[in-house]
Parts: sequence; structure tokens; C-alpha cells
Amino acid sequence: MRKQHRHVLGWAAAALVVGALALVAAGCGGSSSSSSGGTTTNGGNTSGQASIGKGEGKLNLIEWPYYSDPSFAKKFTQQTGCVIQRKDAGSSNEMVALMRAGGGGGGGQWDLVSASGDASLRLIKGGDVQPVNVNLIPQWKRFIPIFKSPAHNTVDGVHYGVSVQWGPNVLLYNNTKIKPGPTNWNALYDSKYKGQITIPNNPIQIADAAFYLQHSNPSLGITDPYELNKKQFDATVNLLKQQKKLVKLYWNYDTDGRSAFANGDVSLGAIWPVDTLALQAKKVPVTEVIPKEGATGWADTWMLAKKAPHPNCAYKWMKYVTTPQVQAQQALVFGETPVNPQACPFMNKIQAGSCAKYHLNEPLSYYNTIKFWKTPIADCGNGKNDCMDYNAWQKAWTEITG
Amino acid sequence: MESRATRIGFGIAAALVLAFLWIPILIILAYAFNGSILQTWPVQNLTLHWFREAWHDQEVRSALWLSVKIGLISTAVALVLGTAASFAISRFQFFGRESVSFLLLLPIALPGIITGMALSSFYTFAGIGFSIWTIVIGHATFCVVVVYNNVLARLRRTSPSLIEASMDLGADGWQTFRFVVWPVLSTALVAGGLLAFALSFDEVIVTTFTAGAQTTLPIWILDTIQRGQQLPVVNAVVFFVVVLTVIPVIVSQRLTQDSGLLRRR
Amino acid sequence: MSELAQSGAPVRSARLRLSAELWRRPWLKVVALLALPVLAFAVVYLGSLVALFISSFWQVDAFTGKIVHTWTFANFSSLIHDPVYRRIAFRTIWIAAAVTVADAILAFPLAYFMARLAPPRLRALLFVLVLLPLWTSYLVRIYAWRTILAKDGALNWALNGLGLPDANLAYTNTAMWIVFSYVWLPFMVLPVYAALERIPDSYLEASQDLGGRSWRTFRSVILPLALPGIVAGSIFTFSLTLGDFITPALVGGANSQFIGNVVHSYVGISNNVPLAAAFAVVPVIVMAVYLLVAKRLGAFEAL
Repeated sequence: MRKQHRHVLGWAAAALVVGALALVAAGCGGSSSSSSGGTTTNGGNTSGQASIGKGEGKLNLIEWPYYSDPSFAKKFTQQTGCVIQRKDAGSSNEMVALMRAGGGGGGGQWDLVSASGDASLRLIKGGDVQPVNVNLIPQWKRFIPIFKSPAHNTVDGVHYGVSVQWGPNVLLYNNTKIKPGPTNWNALYDSKYKGQITIPNNPIQIADAAFYLQHSNPSLGITDPYELNKKQFDATVNLLKQQKKLVKLYWNYDTDGRSAFANGDVSLGAIWPVDTLALQAKKVPVTEVIPKEGATGWADTWMLAKKAPHPNCAYKWMKYVTTPQVQAQQALVFGETPVNPQACPFMNKIQAGSCAKYHLNEPLSYYNTIKFWKTPIADCGNGKNDCMDYNAWQKAWTEITG
Repeated sequence: MESRATRIGFGIAAALVLAFLWIPILIILAYAFNGSILQTWPVQNLTLHWFREAWHDQEVRSALWLSVKIGLISTAVALVLGTAASFAISRFQFFGRESVSFLLLLPIALPGIITGMALSSFYTFAGIGFSIWTIVIGHATFCVVVVYNNVLARLRRTSPSLIEASMDLGADGWQTFRFVVWPVLSTALVAGGLLAFALSFDEVIVTTFTAGAQTTLPIWILDTIQRGQQLPVVNAVVFFVVVLTVIPVIVSQRLTQDSGLLRRR
Repeated sequence: MSELAQSGAPVRSARLRLSAELWRRPWLKVVALLALPVLAFAVVYLGSLVALFISSFWQVDAFTGKIVHTWTFANFSSLIHDPVYRRIAFRTIWIAAAVTVADAILAFPLAYFMARLAPPRLRALLFVLVLLPLWTSYLVRIYAWRTILAKDGALNWALNGLGLPDANLAYTNTAMWIVFSYVWLPFMVLPVYAALERIPDSYLEASQDLGGRSWRTFRSVILPLALPGIVAGSIFTFSLTLGDFITPALVGGANSQFIGNVVHSYVGISNNVPLAAAFAVVPVIVMAVYLLVAKRLGAFEAL
């Protein structure tokens, strides 16, 4: 007994000494960091730097897979001397996490992040990105108007990046196993397909269910799937809890969902056009549908990290990827749509008819059927501050999938 | 001593377990020659294309080199610290000895995600930017334990009277170390060092929290798996690494087997 | 020449004096030897853990995602009151235990064969065969299992070849159990082997001389002596499973969230390190208890 006491005492003493040392060390380091914290690569909260200087020789990107595909990125490196180091993220959450590691603002490691609408506002509010001077991006003026200063990347007239591409979330099914093919989102909630369904493992998926309820259950009064009050939110979460019994896999990376389709583990699911292209290229019998009610979608922005170590290369990259030719190339690599309509002829040159296939020539009214990802916040414009915010979405999603 | 039936039984069971251990690896190696990008069964139209691709891939090379560097530095740190700690623990009784030995085991006993998260918040807290050293620190925590364990086990099997005898015969500390301690320890150091290097070389979880924009080989593999575009290249790289490591593993095995001299059996 | 010899003598005597001094005052040596490692470990490792633990009492601002440094038990109370966290913690611990048991059962015959039955050459070969998988990327091995267990994968292909029906294992907890047991198996084999190898033959002879049948010898002599090795190995298998989030993400299904997944995603989402840190306390407590029990069973001597 006494011996044990000694052990505990010894242990405690060691832990104390060590803890104290650590705190001292941490304290010293902490103060030094706060003194240097105020400096950024350019002055204050004006609209970004005034001109693009000489490239720094390097560019570190946090990107959706293929957003700096060598097929078009190689030429950029040849032209500017900026060597790209990329980190592929699987979800918006991962992008935010990467940007915030090492003290936020990209941790002095990252220059640009290709954030979707559900991450971009979080990065702006969290102070992780800095203003971008769009006047230095010549093609910006030629963008489709809604992508020039969208609410998800422009706050109070200050731009925090440039839009790059957008696309829908699609319904994909194996056309040899599911006959007749579904035409409506209700397939994802139909017990007929139990154990064959895959959907993304992402809190923003709640919006997909809300979008479905908006059309199937008008009495809930949902008008925007990202602005849900408590009652609407609970109904949506309930639907997702029912759906869980049917789900085989919540995919973390679209390639996980893709290989589940390829290996016959699932035959119906919500996924991205890039996966449809990849699966069809490998002769997997899949068909993609965008139901007539529309779909949720994403609109991506290259955003400049607050502590970007290579801002000039970053500007050069934003300039480069918004040019019509590169816009067309990237669109066809990923299966998405450019924000610069001048890309249309270039798309058709690479693949005949692709401009129309990816809806680049649609009238503005078309965009109303796509509900672009955005960060849910409590203030949803009705003056009541009664919408469920992203933390609530995240907690609910853990509850659904846990 | 064991009956014939027991021996055959154990033999069959051991063979089955080995098959379980090796069939997936053989499949991985086979996929390195797969003609298709999607990994579906069975392997189709064999090709050597991916080896060429891997060889010329600049990212693979720099990731491999970074992993090797980190592995070597972490192992070196671990050899120094782990040996020192094991000597102290095995030779001396002192206040807090039990707690220190318990503390040394923590990094390997606590889940990697905790080590990673703790280190990453510590770096943030202390304003330390990510660099090769932040990864090395993360890896060294568990590498030290591995060396410590190996050396400690060896010291326990060696009689301390050997050192006393050497001292009594007039040898100084260096001579005792060179002619008595080193021969006993060297094989344990090789074994511990190799295992430490292997652990560091293949570490993902702690590394994801401490790497920042740097790409080690496992992180490159994780990224590539997620991209789903170049899986066969990953398999080719793994094939290459396995072939490359056969030699050191065999050598270390030889070395560690030959320590019968001081065994107490 | 003579100069050299002369200058060598004082150095040598100084060295002798130093080693004698150290020999007489062991605590000096202890301090010297331990200063480096303990400092390194202390500052970096425990400091980090302490910082992490402290941050579990903080909160995250829902709007900006910044950490607010006010003390609160809110994180712990939501962990206790929300059944989902209990479910996830229970699932994680349960699977970690199942993996440990499976590995112990799988490792024992192989380790026994290596330590006591195989001739030296075969033993050397087996050793290499157990060690080499550690050099094969763990990620790639997990990924390979996904291909094996898939509906159109190698396992079902083999089963169908034998005229058996499909095993529907892909994206289930059973799949996780198999894959975890697979990747951590070498970590169990090595310590069990070391423990078995250390049993002197004379013990077994004595047991037999005293009339012990082989089962009795196994139960009363071999197993108790192998137990520290098994427990030592189980520290690895249990803790490695407990903290993993990659295997559940790659081969788990709709009901496969682990503590690691939740922690990992909370670190990501609005940088909610406080809640993640609070949840991370669960595996720390579990491991602390586990280590204390393991210590009782003599596992630390067998690591």
C-alpha cells in the first residue's frame, strides 16, 4: 500500500514538473507569436494588393482533386516559374481544417484554396483569407454576372477570391441493376433500394434532404434548403435518420463512392459529374440524372490565404485559370461548368457539343434551379435570427451518421 | 518435446495465419501490373507502364526522399534518447523511476490521433510553423519508445556484473562501453532502429496533423488513393519499397539472432 | 612518440577518475542520462497533452469559428447527454477489444511455431515474413482489403469458385474487424514470440516429468508465461484500433463512425478543437486504465 502511494506521488511530481516546464515553454512561444501576428503580406483591409510582382517560384494549393490537373497546370509552371505543390481535399470541411491548421490563415503554408460556397463564408468570417484585387484578374469582367460578386465570396463589396467553376450534385444509378431508372430525388429515400445507396458524408447533405422536402412536402414551407428554422430542420433530420437504414456507405471522398459503384457494392447514389465520367470511361454501366426539380450544386472560388507565402504566384494562377482556354480544359477534366462564358467555343473544340452539355449557354433563369452550397447561418434574412447555424448542422450530422 | 500431432497442428495453423498475412500483399503487388486504373478484380491486361510512371514522377521522388529523411532523423533521435532512458531505468533505482518508465510508454499507448492533435495545438499555441522538424518531433515520440523497449529488454537479459567486472579490471567508462556494452547492445539497437524507421516511414495519423504543406510518402499515397487516378502507381511504389526493404530486414534478423552469447537460457 | 604517450596519460587518468566518480554517485549518472530524454518528452509531449486537456474546457464561437477562452463544462456535458457519443465510444471500444482477441488467437500459433518448433533457418524466414508487412504501406493494405471484400471482389470470386454464396462484407463493421485484425497482427506476433522464446525448455521437461499431459503443460506452464507477451501485444492492437480513423473511413459502412472519425471531423469543422479534445479524453482514460491493468500483468517487462 505504502509502495503504491510512493508511485502515485512520484508520478504526480514528475507530471507537475513537466507540466510546468511545458507551460513556461508554451507561454514564451505564445507571446512571440502574438507580436508577429499582425503582419500580413499586404496592408490592411483594402481590396488586396495593387499590382502583381515577380513570382516567388512556388505555389501551394489546397484544392478539389484535379483543380490543378497537370494537363493545364504544366503550362502555367512553364510560363510563370511557379512550381505547384497541391493538397487534395475530400470535403469542404477538410479544406477549412487545412486552412486553419498552424494558427489559421493557411498557417503560412498555403496560398490558395478552391473553396466551395459552404466553406468560403466560414473562411472569410474566420479571418483565414484576405481581400483580392479583382482588377488584376482581367477575365473577371467577362464572367457570367452572378459569379462576379456572389454572396459566398464577396462581403460588403470586398472580394476574397475569384469564382472558378460550378456544377450540380447529381443522382447516379447503375442502369443494369436499377430498372426503370429513377427520375426524381425520392429514389434516395425509397426503401426499395435498401442497402444499395451511397451519399456524401458531409453535413451540407442536410440541404439535399431539405431540397427534396421543399418539393415533396410544401406544407413545411421550405424556400431555401440552406435556411431552415427549427421545425423544418427537425423534419429534415428525421428524414435523414430514416434514410440511414437504407444507406450502404457514406462516402468521404468521391472516389470512395466511385469505387463502390465500380465494385457493385452500391447501385444508386448522390455524387459528382466527375465520377460519372470516370465510371463511364471504365465501362461501368451508370447513368446520371439531374431531376427536373433541379439539384443542389457547388460554386467554387479560388481564395487567397491570409498568410499566403507566395501571393504573386497566387495572383498569376487566378489570372491563368480564368482564361477561356484553361476554363474549358478544367471544365472537361472535372465535368463542370466554367464561370467565363468565353470558354464555350474552346469547350466545343475539345469535345463537340460539350458547351451545351454542361449548360454554359443557358439563360440566367437556369441558375435558379441549382441551389448552390452556402454556409448556413442563424440570420437568414427574415430578421428573426431563427435559422439553424452550421454548428447545429454539424452536430445533427454526427447524430445521423454516428 | 511437443507431440507429433501438436506439431502438425501448430504448423498448419501457422501456415494459415501466414497466408492471411500475405495474400493481401501479394494482391497489392499484382495490382502494380494492372492495366486498368480502377482497382477491380481480377487484375486485367498486365503492364509495366506504372513502374515507368512512378520512376519519372517528381512528386513521388520528393515524397520518398522526405520520408527517408524524416525516418533517419527520427531514428537517430530515438537511438540517443531511447538508449539513455533505458540505461537509467534498468540500472538505477531512483525517485519517480516507475513514473518515468510509465511516461515513456505513453506515446505508443495513446492513440495517434491524440498525439497528433496535441502536438498540432501545441505548435499553434507556441507559434511554431510547420517544417520537417515538426514532423520529426511527432515521429520521435513513438520511435523513442521502440528503441527504449528493445534496449531495455536486452539490458534486462545482460548481467550488470559484466560492467562491474570490466571496471574492476581497470577499464575506464569508454573502454567498458566499447568492449562490453556495445557488443551486447549493438544488435538491439539495430533491431530497435529498424522498427523505429519502419514506423516513422509508414506513419500517417500523427503526420497529417504535423505536416502542413509537406508531403511524405504515406501522405502522397493517401492523396493519390483519394484522387483515385493513379492507384497502380501507388502499387508500383509500394512494390519498389518492399523489394528495397527485404535486404535490411534480413540483415537485422541475422544480427538479432546471433546474440546467443549473452542469453541466459 | 613519447610526447604523445605522456599527453595521453593525464587524459586517461582523468577519464578513469570521471568514470569512478560516476560509478560512486549513481544519481549523477541518472541525472545526466535522463536530463535529455525527459526534458524532450516533458516539454513537447506532456506539454501538448496538457494544452489539449485545457482546451477541452473552452468553447468555439459559432460564427467566426475562433476559440473563446472562457472556462466551461459545456463540451463534457454535451458528450454525456448526447446518446450518439456514447454509442460511438462503445462501438470503438468494443471493436478494439474484438480486434485484440482476434489478434491474440491468430498470433499465438504462429508465434509458438516460430519460437519452439521451426528449425533455425525456417524461423529466420518466418521472422522476415512477419516483419515485411510492416514495410508495406498500411494505407495500401487497407485499400487492398476493400478490393478483396467488394461485392465483385476477390473474396466473393473465390467463394463462388468453390460453389459458395457471396459474403456481403464490404462496408460493414465485420469488414473493419477483419481489416484491423489484419493490419495490427505483426504487432501481436512479435511480443508473443519474444515471450515464448524465453521459456526455458527445462520448465516444460519438468512439467512432463511431473506427469503433466500436453494440455496441462500448455495451460499451466506455457500460457501463464506467454501472457505478459500477449498483454504487451494487446497494448498495441487495442490502442492502435482505438485511435484510428482511416480504416473506418475506407472500409466501414453507414454504422462505422469511430471516436477518431468524430474527433478528426470536429478538428476540421469550425476548428472545434475544444469539443474534439473533450471527446479525446475518452480514449485517454480507457488507455490509462488498460495500461494500469497491463502493468499488473507484467506486460511492461515483455514489451
